[in-house]
Amino acid sequence: MQLARVIGTVVVTRKDANLAGITLLLVQPLTPGREPAGRPLVAVDAVGAGVGEEVFFVRGREASFPFHPVEAPVDAGIVGIVDHWHIG
Amino acid sequence: MLLAKIVGTVVATRKDPGLVSSKLLIVRPVDPKGKAEGSYLVAVDTVDAGVGETVLIVSGSSARMATGMKDCPIDAAIVGIVDTIDVPS
Amino acid sequence: MGTVVSTQKHRKFEGAKLLMVQPLNLDDTPRGHVLLAVDGVGAGVHEKVLVVIEGRAANEALGTKGAPVDAAIVGIIDHVTIDADI
Repeated sequence: MQLARVIGTVVVTRKDANLAGITLLLVQPLTPGREPAGRPLVAVDAVGAGVGEEVFFVRGREASFPFHPVEAPVDAGIVGIVDHWHIG
Repeated sequence: MLLAKIVGTVVATRKDPGLVSSKLLIVRPVDPKGKAEGSYLVAVDTVDAGVGETVLIVSGSSARMATGMKDCPIDAAIVGIVDTIDVPS
Repeated sequence: MGTVVSTQKHRKFEGAKLLMVQPLNLDDTPRGHVLLAVDGVGAGVHEKVLVVIEGRAANEALGTKGAPVDAAIVGIIDHVTIDADI
């Protein structure tokens, strides 16, 4: 998983039937110092995240698990909203 | 998933049986402002997209979860046509 | 290298300890971006650990099924030996 900030939304009308009702958000991966870590990407939202929030997201097929039994064709999904993080 | 713009089509006569009747398109990832970045890739189209459109790409083993692609040897699929991208500053 | 606190998360994460890990090169220099991994072995901040970065393996390690995780800490490293001649 990676830390990220939600930076925007994506609207997609014509899409795979198994994406129906799933929110698509643009996320910018972050370093623990809140610097951008790589390029922004599109992730599905499984926890009710909003623009501006800091979240963590999972990559790969596991991103579809929150939507089980629907087999959503997704490879990145927000699975938590971060309250805070602490670097030792 | 990635945002990408469709820049071309691929025709392949001899291919894996799992790809027969699949439409292959050449796409190039774009940033949220629509600027092209990174290298081109070939993706299977499952939503009847066309050249010039901005689309949503799913990569890796998840691509096989696109409708009709179960057990097909693919690593990238177009699963949506993007209407709008909103990035508040 | 750190811990992450999240109240609102997918229910399969309840009770899981989420740690920040920095992948390392053989010479202990940082390699790539920091990742979040679920702790399966009771690791602590600053320890050198072994991480699987693959969803199915992570689920195996955590004893979960269908959890949306892609990385898990599966070991705490005592030491690494490298043969400089090879």
